[in-house]
Amino acid sequence: MRVVIAEDLALLRAGLVSLLETHDFEIAAAVDNGPSLLKALLDHRPDVAVVDVRLPPSFTDEGLQAALEARRRVPGMPILVLSQYVEQLYARELLADGSGGIGYLLKDRVFDAAQFVDAVRRVAAGGTAMDPEVISRLVASNTRDTPLSRLTPRETEVLELMAQGRSNAAIAERLVVTERAVTKHTANIFTKLDLPVTGDDNRRVLAVLAYLNR
Amino acid sequence: MDGNLVSGGSVSVTRAEETPMEETRLQRHIRAPWRGLALWLLGIPATLVGLWFLTVVSMITSFVGVLLFPSAAMLLRTQLDAYRIRINRWTDAKIQRPYLPEGEIEPGLNGMFKRFIALIKDPATWRDYLWVVVDPCVTVFTAALPGLLILYGLWGYTLAPFTGGLIGHYGGSDWYAYIPIVDSLSLDAGRFVSTFTIATVCIVVGYLIGPKMLNVYGQWGRFILGPTRKSELALRVQHLTETRSDAVDASAAELRRIERDLHDGAQARLVAMGMSLGAIEHLLDKDPEKARTLLAETRESSAKALHELRDLVRGIHPPVLADRGIADAVKALGLDHPLRVEVDADLPARPEPPVESAAYFAVSELLTNAAKHSGASRVWIDLRYESGMLRITVTDDGRGGATMTNGTGLRGIERRIGTFDGVLALSSPVGGPTIVTMELPCALSSPKTSPS
Repeated sequence: MRVVIAEDLALLRAGLVSLLETHDFEIAAAVDNGPSLLKALLDHRPDVAVVDVRLPPSFTDEGLQAALEARRRVPGMPILVLSQYVEQLYARELLADGSGGIGYLLKDRVFDAAQFVDAVRRVAAGGTAMDPEVISRLVASNTRDTPLSRLTPRETEVLELMAQGRSNAAIAERLVVTERAVTKHTANIFTKLDLPVTGDDNRRVLAVLAYLNR
Repeated sequence: MDGNLVSGGSVSVTRAEETPMEETRLQRHIRAPWRGLALWLLGIPATLVGLWFLTVVSMITSFVGVLLFPSAAMLLRTQLDAYRIRINRWTDAKIQRPYLPEGEIEPGLNGMFKRFIALIKDPATWRDYLWVVVDPCVTVFTAALPGLLILYGLWGYTLAPFTGGLIGHYGGSDWYAYIPIVDSLSLDAGRFVSTFTIATVCIVVGYLIGPKMLNVYGQWGRFILGPTRKSELALRVQHLTETRSDAVDASAAELRRIERDLHDGAQARLVAMGMSLGAIEHLLDKDPEKARTLLAETRESSAKALHELRDLVRGIHPPVLADRGIADAVKALGLDHPLRVEVDADLPARPEPPVESAAYFAVSELLTNAAKHSGASRVWIDLRYESGMLRITVTDDGRGGATMTNGTGLRGIERRIGTFDGVLALSSPVGGPTIVTMELPCALSSPKTSPS
């Protein structure tokens, strides 16, 4: 699997490269600034990209902008965005096109190599990987009257985990229930959020979107 | 709302003025002459106060004079405030109080003497007196003129038909303008008509020039009653001194908070992690199982330290604010907020970073307020840039009744944006809605170039 990495701290960039190489990824390019990231994404068309939000030369949200621009030109290009901070605003922008293949994680998640590589693979496969921190801030601020308020606490829990990008099996394991029960919950969620009957993966992304857009 | 905002530099930046009803041209013309007369009549109490002031000044060599002078000067000021209020309300001129700021009033004889010296040295005190003396004459030829003309016209109307002879008979003036009125006018058609004509002209002219004359009077009022260049500067210096010390206090408090947060949070965790690592090193051979649990704990600890540092940095300089500027930062605030927040922003470019930061934290605090006190369910935030001002309006549909003082922290916000000559206006009738408007003068940077 070919991957493009954008990270301006040399130490962290090298760390990401060696981490992904040991997990059988092929590094197509490892860049350290916004403009060359966009070029690398468009030239190499990688299977997945791991991108730091804050990049030179402006040290603002350059990485995010490059990622969004690349996805405008190549819809659905899988990109995992890493950041010191997670912001709902950025999460929404990344998810806005509804085409999946998006991840948004805190940089600390790299510490747990297995989980991180898992997230990269999920994004590459067109799924989502939202940081639990984004999700928990959403929940904290979500006290409004919306379709989401129709969900039972258990269903909300399932949706939270779904938004993080976990599979039904992983959710079942986490909540200590059977996978069948989770399937039932997800079906309920889809119905309650009025999501069209399409492929399961796409519906999962839509559910997350509904979740974010409240 | 907007009309109430007084730009920085004045002592009272936020004033709870009632919004004057917008008058039509016709209404202005009809009312102006009578307002002029009212201003003229204000001269009567003002002259009395002026006489008292003069009396006190004449006693100034004695102790009684020194004792009474401050109160007499203050009385004069209050009296002349009546002029300032009316001129501000009725004419185009805007007059601020010109008096030099008074320091803390010290108790005892010494303090009293200091106050006496300060007042006697304030040029505004003497300009006040000048006003009392000169104004009655000036008023007659400016503000009061239209009203007097109209009265004269009315007088002509009553003379014309019948009373001329009567007045002449009792020793009144024998003339109306150039027309002799000794004999009863009604006997002579020519004189009757000219009297009538002159009277009508007087009334018409009176109404026509009313507003103009009031404005001329307003200019005169601003010239004498308004601040001179010197007192304007003194007021400005006072404002800057106040806001500067506020700013220093605020940033010192902020630094203390950061220091405390670091000390109790990340720093303490790092110390604990260092100790744990030492213990793990020690245990590695003897009790690998125990070392493993300790290692997991240490990792947990490092995650927590990171988390705390992240929150701390967010509190100092929010990432979205740094990346995108005030508009998106406020949007991000809205997304994280428990209430439904709608943000409407129209900014061609980014304001200077310090202004942005001040505005951001002000909005953040207003949102916290709305969630805590107002009982609101929705909040609307409007950001725009107009004539050199960043204007932010925060409206909620809560129960209203907020004041600057009742523990809402509005005073603190006002102080903070005051550092940038920003002002804050509050409108919060009981029953809602609450509208807070902030204006910060600032320049915009050139539009940010897109990174791609």
